[in-house]
Amino acid sequence: MTVVVNGEPHVAASPMSLADAVALLTAAPTGVAAAVNGEVVRRAEWTSTQLADGDEIEVLTAVQGG
Amino acid sequence: MDDPLLIAGESFNSRLIMGTGGMPSLDVLDRALVASGTELTTVAMRRVDPSAAGSVLDLLAARGIRALPNTAGCYTAAEAVRVAKLAREALGTNWIKLEVIADERTLLPDPVELLAAAEQLVANGFVVLPYTNDDPVLARRLEQAGCSAVMPLGSPIGSGLGIRNTHNIELIVESAGVPVILDAGIGTASDAAIAMELGCAAVLLATSVTRARDPELMAEAMRLGVAGGRLAYHAGRITRRRYAQASSPPTS
Repeated sequence: MTVVVNGEPHVAASPMSLADAVALLTAAPTGVAAAVNGEVVRRAEWTSTQLADGDEIEVLTAVQGG
Repeated sequence: MDDPLLIAGESFNSRLIMGTGGMPSLDVLDRALVASGTELTTVAMRRVDPSAAGSVLDLLAARGIRALPNTAGCYTAAEAVRVAKLAREALGTNWIKLEVIADERTLLPDPVELLAAAEQLVANGFVVLPYTNDDPVLARRLEQAGCSAVMPLGSPIGSGLGIRNTHNIELIVESAGVPVILDAGIGTASDAAIAMELGCAAVLLATSVTRARDPELMAEAMRLGVAGGRLAYHAGRITRRRYAQASSPPTS
């Protein structure tokens, strides 16, 4: 299946969890948030959240700004 | 004098809220934040960059400075609410500096989207600190919507034009029941002092420090400007007079 992680298509073996997708980008234990198809998923639910083909995942953190 | 800033029941000794955008490096940012004496500093939410070196969050944590996430770059209420929810999850704070801008050229707040976003975020349990126009009516509406402060601009973001409409800022301060934080437009320390003399509870600034020739020195200047302006506000300025009034006794 293909999922889109921060705008980049990623071909992955199914099943893939949200935790797996986040781990592609960062191992930071805090300071990161993730959304699947626009819906925020709490960190505690990342491992149990299974991704489906075509899912769009956003992984955000705080940067300098404002 | 003991004169803490109170926002949503939280107390801060510093009345200078810093932004972090535009700093040449994390090291310069670190020194400037320390020099500013700030206890509350904004950060933006962006996609994770795996190649990024160092983290602004680690820096703030090491200095004991509270991170205030913002919704910079959002043009609609829906976008701003989504970013605020992501920020709450990422940083474990329900405080949000709400920014909903109208266009890239002016970066002025879109009042319609801003108020809608504020209402939704308050309903979702956020402590909302909105960046707003220097419009007393909009400020009142934001307060009525349940915002914990109102943050009118002095002039457009990054312009350094200072406070273009001191009269409106005074009107906002006069009727606000929540802290008024002058946000955006500060160019130099005297602008920050003027904001405080007008009765603002705090000043939020970034560009004037981050893009100064010497950010650390300007951060210190801002700390002193804010503190001096606050003292002057408490002390009470003299009435402006049309003609001179001798400060020395007459000679005979």
